[in-house]
Amino acid sequence: MAGESRRRSDPPLDERRSRILGSLRSGAAGRGALIATFSTLVFFTLLVLLVTHAPGWPEVRSTFLDWGQFKDSFPDIAKAFLLNVKIFCIAEVLILIFALVLAIVRSLPGPAAFPLRMVAIAYADFFRGVPTILVIATLGFGAPALQLQGVPLSVTFWGIVSLVLVYTAYVSEVYRAGIESVHGSQAAAARSLGLTHWQSLRTVVLPQAVRRVIPPLLNDFIGLQKDTALVGFLGAVEAFKQSQIDAAATFNYTSFVAAALLFVALTIPLARFTDWLVARDRRRRQATGT
Amino acid sequence: MSDALVIEGLHKSFGPLEVLRGIDLAVADHEVVCLIGASGSGKSTLLRCINLLEPIDAGRIVVEGTEITGRGVNVNRIRRNIGIVFQAYNLFPHMSVLKNVTLAPRLALGLSSGEASARALELLQRFGLEDKAGNYPDSLSGGQQQRVAIVRALAMQPDLILLDEVTSALDPELVAEVLEVIRELAAAGMTMLIATHEMSFARDIADRICFLDAGVILEQGPPEQILSAPREQRTQQFLQRIIEAGRL
Repeated sequence: MAGESRRRSDPPLDERRSRILGSLRSGAAGRGALIATFSTLVFFTLLVLLVTHAPGWPEVRSTFLDWGQFKDSFPDIAKAFLLNVKIFCIAEVLILIFALVLAIVRSLPGPAAFPLRMVAIAYADFFRGVPTILVIATLGFGAPALQLQGVPLSVTFWGIVSLVLVYTAYVSEVYRAGIESVHGSQAAAARSLGLTHWQSLRTVVLPQAVRRVIPPLLNDFIGLQKDTALVGFLGAVEAFKQSQIDAAATFNYTSFVAAALLFVALTIPLARFTDWLVARDRRRRQATGT
Repeated sequence: MSDALVIEGLHKSFGPLEVLRGIDLAVADHEVVCLIGASGSGKSTLLRCINLLEPIDAGRIVVEGTEITGRGVNVNRIRRNIGIVFQAYNLFPHMSVLKNVTLAPRLALGLSSGEASARALELLQRFGLEDKAGNYPDSLSGGQQQRVAIVRALAMQPDLILLDEVTSALDPELVAEVLEVIRELAAAGMTMLIATHEMSFARDIADRICFLDAGVILEQGPPEQILSAPREQRTQQFLQRIIEAGRL
């Protein structure tokens, strides 16, 4: 059956993990693990030796890896990082919605929808083509300068708008790929039962499309999370801007490392969460009862 | 008997390829008509045209007295009355069996969730699938999936059901359970148009068999006549090949 063969092609989790370490099967397991451990140790020892024996290492260590500086700068950067998280969260929700709308518009059938499709394509082409930093600079400095009544002056606001504009273009392409990956027979089955185009899209095509693109969506969101640092360019004191302030005050760059660690600390749980979502969906689709 | 389905002068092309070249066919209420013919003869396309999944180039199709190929018809309303079951089941993999069956009655017929579930469970029970209601399609055998697909079509209480080679994707040992369901439907008086390669099944169940060749109905009549004493040479050749393949 289709279900069985699909299950067979999905290796069990431990088998998949073993691919990372090399072959660790049954009899050779002990020896394989030993070799893996040994070669890892050798590799990293060599790497550490190489770096720490570089001529400039003492200076680099004191400028980038100063524990005292780290402790001093970390609380302020962590606090500033909350702004990154806020920008990220607001932008992500808006992007998920707008990008879906854009993708749906782009997949509208019929000649009547041609102008709509054109606009959607032009939008995606434009905002994927322009560097994010330019969009942020143009809107962040330009929009408030208009001095129009009711137009917010907050650089954070314009930073979020810029990120939403740019990432909506990217994410709509991801959604579109998902929509196009759902076989036409699914929509045909839905339409044959009397569902309207919109009903079939909403209940049959989109749920499958979105599930399929969760990993690439996450990829874009990790990018977004990092690009929140670009809003610092406008003067908003987020983690990167704060670490720059600290570095300028102390002539020590350890604050950059602190900011970097914070960004990494946010992406890793996000990645595991996605893995969990994908695994849960796979389990559910093969569930055998209530 | 009145006619459930009337097709007149139906033409359909895909690009330069004319797949249907003037089909005339009438199916009476409660009649079971089997379409046979080689792959590419137009059986599937004909069924897809009747369900309006393919726009037609010329001709007209009338279902229960209503022309469905005219201008300004409500395509969604028409499709509710015409069930179709596909060769590849086309169940929705992200929904449980129960949700697969209740989706269209809820959205297209406006049934409440409770009414739709009651109707679905009754049908699932009738075809021995009640314990699969909570399953997802991937956990079912091909035969079970196809039975669910038939139940999904039946849940709309259509006037007419189109079956498009519903056993062709199945392992041989799973064909019988699906044919059994179709037999029961025929016994219950369901009007059906069945494209099939199962000649002995067609002989068994059909009131009439139509032989399609190169986009036209070349020959039609009672099963005995078509399968045992075909008049047309093309029909004879087709059946000869089937016999050689051990399918009759």
